Amino acid sequence: MIAQIFEERCTGCQACVVACPTHVFDAGTDGVPLIARLDQCQTCFMCELYCPADALYVAPEQEGAPSLSAVEALAMGQVGRLRHDYGWDRDAPPEAPHLQDFWQLGPLLREGAEIAARRYAARWADTDIA
Amino acid sequence: MSEAAPITRSADVLIIGGGMAACWAAIMAAQAGADVLLVDKGFVGTSGVTATGGPNHWWVAPEPGRREAAIEERYARSFGLAERDWMARIIDETWRALPQLAGYYPFAGDGKGGTFYSGVRGPEYMRALRRFAQYAGVTILDHHPALELLLHADGSVAGAAGYARLKQQAWTVRAGAVVIATGGCAFRSGLIGSHGNSGDGLLMAAEVGAVLSGMEFSVSYSLSPAWNSTRTLPYFAARFFDTEGRELDVPPPMSGEAAHLRALARALEAGPVLADLSDAPDALKQGLRRIQPASLAPFEHKRIDLFRDRFPVRLFGEGTVRGTGGVQIVGDGCETSVANLYAAGDSATRELVAGATSGGGAQNAAWALTSGRIAGAAAAAHARRTGRRGDTPVLAAGTVGLRPASTARLPDVREGLPIIQAATIGYDAALWRSAGKLERHRDAVEAVWRTIADHGRAEGLAAVALREHAAMAACAGWIVAAALARDESRGMHMRIDRPGTDPAQQSRLLVAGLDHVWTRPERPAAQEIAA
Repeated sequence: MIAQIFEERCTGCQACVVACPTHVFDAGTDGVPLIARLDQCQTCFMCELYCPADALYVAPEQEGAPSLSAVEALAMGQVGRLRHDYGWDRDAPPEAPHLQDFWQLGPLLREGAEIAARRYAARWADTDIA
Repeated sequence: MSEAAPITRSADVLIIGGGMAACWAAIMAAQAGADVLLVDKGFVGTSGVTATGGPNHWWVAPEPGRREAAIEERYARSFGLAERDWMARIIDETWRALPQLAGYYPFAGDGKGGTFYSGVRGPEYMRALRRFAQYAGVTILDHHPALELLLHADGSVAGAAGYARLKQQAWTVRAGAVVIATGGCAFRSGLIGSHGNSGDGLLMAAEVGAVLSGMEFSVSYSLSPAWNSTRTLPYFAARFFDTEGRELDVPPPMSGEAAHLRALARALEAGPVLADLSDAPDALKQGLRRIQPASLAPFEHKRIDLFRDRFPVRLFGEGTVRGTGGVQIVGDGCETSVANLYAAGDSATRELVAGATSGGGAQNAAWALTSGRIAGAAAAAHARRTGRRGDTPVLAAGTVGLRPASTARLPDVREGLPIIQAATIGYDAALWRSAGKLERHRDAVEAVWRTIADHGRAEGLAAVALREHAAMAACAGWIVAAALARDESRGMHMRIDRPGTDPAQQSRLLVAGLDHVWTRPERPAAQEIAA
């Protein structure tokens, strides 16, 4: 769930208010948006991705208290990490575009399933499966 | 609630929804010369299950025999309910459409010296579709949830009405044709991207007389860390343990999905289940951050090493999102049985290409893309023929939550949701269906529905929320009714009291109705056998 808007970083651009697909934020009167409907947050991290100032922290827990506080996340360099990993904070060099490895996803998922199938066959082959 | 006067617009084609099917529909309609308005509940770019995922499309080159073989392979898994012609259409259309995004999406290499088109990362894909649609001339209205459809006196659809939630204004749009592309219904399971997928379009369509099909095929789950659903699922190589460190007997995924699911579901009912991914492919361990960073974030923020530490998992219900049920399609242009109304993506039944199985990601994404494009093109052509008819009086078709049958009040919808969830995505209800259980769930869901239908009324934002709950209750009612009526097991519909597949029931099953839900086979069994 969205845990924090860092006021000192927020530029008041309202990108999160607009980009949030579930209407969690209201535009704030002083420019900094308000977390108005926390119960509608689906922990999709899209606000982090769309915030150009890295002024948001989404805790991974969909329910309950965050295991990592916003202050800790900031100290650990986790704030803005997701946007950086997506490459949305910079232009990609032509020789290595941000999505150059994306083609591997399907084959790697299939490989995982094949690993599980081989292991299962070896381990449980002689067992009576209920 | 609404302070300002309602927003009133008109268009040739109105698209309701903001995911991939909606965007492709809008693009095609605009390219056909129509004036297109797209209204989305959320933001086109982050809305829906595509934005948080990385859809891979059914991608088969037009080489001799390859497409035919792919179709036969999938047809054999459809339990007799898919259509080869539709499969051929979605393969062909997908192959031609995706490269058109090249100016908007940063396609990169496929590792073999070519360009990788078939798989696209969600946020970049939806951002590209937004830009493509805008460039094609589509007017996008974000944060404009639709509440109901409008009808002409002859029963044909005349537009829609809703609430602009950032502006706090009601809106009304008149259009010559309307495409429902609001996604499926995942019953607020926590599935990432699915919070807005509450079946709104199915309810709106049913209120104007549309019929649904395949709602019994709604049994689908994705495995994720227990605290955060991740739409891309790098967990396939996992071993599973109980909290005392005993390895659980869980058949592998993709080798008969039900066995994998059922084993996990039974274990989860008994207690926490921990996954161990130390067996995952090395390339995945090294490359996940570059491939799909969002799948790593829930672990890093929790200081868990995804590939070293054991972590608790759970199954997130996907309802009709990865299930196949939706509005019945009655023509080659994704027409519904209601004049001027089209359906696409997860809002439409996917049985035409997937039959009684999920279809997996590849087929589902190809369906969303293709059905969107087909519906958009057909809606544009239709609107050109019929005109907007924007000056005639119309009837607002919304019922439940807007115009109660009895004394109006604002019901506490939180009470009903657990009942709806238990009937639809509850492990036992979904994976071990029986007539007795289904009847109990039917009665419980009916009671939730009655409360909202009899008394529910709200305005503004509260109306949006109330209609979402009404839609989830309606979807639950249709799923349970269809599951009861399909007196056999077929594909993802598994009845423990009817474990066999009955050749006489090899027909799609229609379900419709709000206060009085009815079901009937799409085609009588006798004809099916004769064919």
